[in-house]
Amino acid sequence: MNMSAAPPVALQEPEPDVLEEIQHLLDKWKDKEGNLIMILHEIQNKYGFVPRDVALAVAKRLEIRLAQIYEVLTFYHYFKLVAPGKHNITVCNGTACYLKGCAQLIQKLETILGIPEGQTTKDQMFHLETVRCIGCCGMSPAMVVDGRTLGKVKPDDMKALVDDIKTIEKASGEERDN
Amino acid sequence: MIQEIINATINGIPIKVPAGTSILQAAQGVQVKIPTLCKHKDLLPTAACGLCIVNIAGSPKKPRACCTPIEEGMEITTHDSDLTDIRRSTLELILSNHPNECLTCGRNGNCELQSLAGDFGLRQDLIPRYVRELPCDDSTGSIILDFRKCIKCGRCVQVCQDVQNVWALSFLERGINNRMAPAGDILLNESPCIRCGQCSAHCPTGAIVESDEVTTVWDALHDENKYCTVQVAPSVRVALGEAFGLPPGTNLTKKIYAALRRLGFKAVFDTNFSADLTIMEEASEFIERFVHGKGEIPLITSCCPAWVDYMEKRFSDFIPNFSTAKSPQQMMGVMTKTYYAEKVNMDPAKIYQVSIMPCTAKKYELERTDEMYASGYKDVDVALTTREFARLIKQSGIDFLNLPDEEADSILGEYSGAGTIFGYTGGVMEAALRTAYFKVTGKNLQQEAIDIQPVRGLEGVKEAEIDVEGTKVRVAVAHAIGNVEKVLNKVRAARDSGEETPYHFIEVMACPGGCIGGGGQPYGIDNEVRMARIRGLEADDRDCKLRFSHENPEIQAAYKDFLGEPLSEKAEALLHTKYVARPSYSK
Repeated sequence: MNMSAAPPVALQEPEPDVLEEIQHLLDKWKDKEGNLIMILHEIQNKYGFVPRDVALAVAKRLEIRLAQIYEVLTFYHYFKLVAPGKHNITVCNGTACYLKGCAQLIQKLETILGIPEGQTTKDQMFHLETVRCIGCCGMSPAMVVDGRTLGKVKPDDMKALVDDIKTIEKASGEERDN
Repeated sequence: MIQEIINATINGIPIKVPAGTSILQAAQGVQVKIPTLCKHKDLLPTAACGLCIVNIAGSPKKPRACCTPIEEGMEITTHDSDLTDIRRSTLELILSNHPNECLTCGRNGNCELQSLAGDFGLRQDLIPRYVRELPCDDSTGSIILDFRKCIKCGRCVQVCQDVQNVWALSFLERGINNRMAPAGDILLNESPCIRCGQCSAHCPTGAIVESDEVTTVWDALHDENKYCTVQVAPSVRVALGEAFGLPPGTNLTKKIYAALRRLGFKAVFDTNFSADLTIMEEASEFIERFVHGKGEIPLITSCCPAWVDYMEKRFSDFIPNFSTAKSPQQMMGVMTKTYYAEKVNMDPAKIYQVSIMPCTAKKYELERTDEMYASGYKDVDVALTTREFARLIKQSGIDFLNLPDEEADSILGEYSGAGTIFGYTGGVMEAALRTAYFKVTGKNLQQEAIDIQPVRGLEGVKEAEIDVEGTKVRVAVAHAIGNVEKVLNKVRAARDSGEETPYHFIEVMACPGGCIGGGGQPYGIDNEVRMARIRGLEADDRDCKLRFSHENPEIQAAYKDFLGEPLSEKAEALLHTKYVARPSYSK
C-alpha cells in the first residue's frame, strides 16, 4: 500500500548569473562585520527587493539560516520582500502630514489605484506605501513620487498625478513599439 | 578557581550566592517566587515579559530579576504593593493583546498566563483588546501554532534556534506587528521544522500545542468493526503521573495497562517489547558493519523521528550510516498487524493500533515513508502524546491513581530492562551494547558492568570507549539536537581526510534528555524533572528480571515462530526502512 507523500521539491536556486552576482557580493563583504545588512542592501538596490531564492542562496553561502536573514529583512521597513511597482508612490504619514490630512491622500490613491496601502498594482506599474516621516514637515502633507518630493499636495491632485505617469508610460510604450 | 561569594539580602533574608547569580535564581533559593512568563530554567533570560521587576534599596530603577546579577550588599525587595501593582498592569497589557478564549484553548487549566491572571485577581479587561488576526498553522499534523495567542516571550524561538539549532521559528517584524513564525510567508511544514515539539513544551500559553487526536481514538474504540490495540512508550510511564499530581519519575506501567484495558483496548502491548526488537536488529546491524565490515561505520541510531527528519534535511550525506532498523513504534505496529494477527487468526484489516508516545514527531512518523505500511495496512493508525493520553483517561472517568495493577498482553507485551531505558539519552546505546557484547563474546555483561555509566547523564555529548574483550568500541551519544552537529562534523572531518572514524556507534535523540524530555510530555520540564524521570526508568531497568533484549522470551519466540533470525529477509521486509534527502525549504 502506497500512502506516504513524496518528499517536497527544494526551492530552486537562482539563475547562474544571479548566483555569480551573489558570490561577488559575498567576496566583497566577506570579512566585514555586519556584512549581512550590507549584502542585503546591495541586493535590494539591484533588484528593488530581496527575492526569497536569493535570500536562501545567501544563507547557504554565509552558512547562516534563512530565519536569521528574515529576522533582519522584516525588522527594517526599508527592506522589501516582494517586487515593487515600476513607480513608487510614498505618502508621508508623519505627525505633521497626518494633521494636514494625509489620510485623505492615501484613501484617494487607494481608490484610484485599486490597491490598499503597502501593495503593488497587478500590472506591477504602481506601488503605494506610507512612511513615518520624510523630514519635510514644512511642506506637509508631503509625498515622494519616484524619488521626487512633492509638498502641500491635495487629494484632488492625485488623479492628475497618476494619469501623468500613465500617459508617459503609454507614450514610451508606443515609441518602443515603433 | 574559587568563585567569589556575594552577600546580599532578599526581602530581609540574608543570602550568600556565587558571583553571577541572578536575582531570580537567588530568590528561588530562599523560597521566594518572583513571577515570570519568559524565563525558563532551560533557557537564557531575555527580559521580555517584564513581570520579574524588583526594587533595590538606593536605586530608582526597577530592574528585571531574571537578567540582573546580584551585587555585594544589595538589599532587594521582590514583593510590595507598588511592584504588585506594576505586575498587575503588565499582565493587563499582555491580556489586551491575547484572545479571550481560555475555555476552548489547548492550555485551559494548564497555562502559565491563565494562572498568573488568576493569582493576580484580574477581574475585568481594563484595556481595550487588540488581537491581530492571524490564521492557525496546523500544517505539520504534529503541532499547531496559534500566533494570536503568542505573548512574545521568546521561549519557542530560543529553544528552536539555540537549543535545537533547527531555526524553523523566528521573530518577524517588530513593534505591535512582531510575531513568532517561520521565515517568510510559509507554513511550518515548508520550513526546517522537525516536529520535535520542544516549542510546545516550553510555550507558557496555548500559542503552540500538540495536534489533539483524542476524539479519533474515542471513535475507534467505539467502532464495533475495529479491534483496538495499543502500545505505550518507555518514557510515558515515568511522566504521565505528573498530569495526575504525582512527582516526576513515578513508574505507572501497571496502572497504565489497567487504564488502557478499561478504555476498551482489546490488546495492551508495550513499546518496550518492540524496543527490545529494535535492539535485536540494530545490534545485529552494528555487528555486520563493525565486525564483518558490511556497511558504513559509524552506525547511527534512527529511532527518533525528529532526528531522522533533521538528518534527511541537514545531514543527508549520513544516510548510509543510518541504522535501517525501524523505531520501536513502527516495529510494534507491523508486528501487531502481521505476527499477532496470524497468532490470533484475525484479519489485520480489522486491527487498529494506537501508540502512546512522549513525542509530537511520532505523529509524523506514522506516514513517513511507504515502509510504514509494511503490514499492508497503516502499521500504526494514530499516535497520542502523553498529554493527550492524560486527557483521554480524564475524559473516561477512570479513577486512574486507584486502579489495581495489571499486566500487558502476550505476545508483544513482555520487556527487558534494556527496552525500558530506550526512553532516555544513552539508553538505546546502552541497550544495544549489552546485546552486541553478548553477540560478539557469547556472554553477558555482569552485575555493575551492565550499567554502562559513561553514556548516562545529561551532558549534551557523551563519549566513551567500551571494551568488548579487547576490542575497543568508540561511541558517542548526543541529545538536544543542536549538539549533533559537533559529533557529525568530527566524523565528516575524519571521513574527508581519510582518517579513521572517531566513533563506531552514535546515538542521537532530538529532545534534551531524550524521550523522557519529549515534546509531548507533561508540562513543566527542566533538568530536575528530566533526572527524576530518568531515575524512574533506571529503577525499572534494575527491577527487571531480565536486563538484556536477547533474553526476552517473547522476543525469542517472535524470532523462532515468525521472523527467523535478525536481519532475515522477513525481518528486513517488515522491520527496516529507507531514508531520503529532503529539502529544508520547499518555498
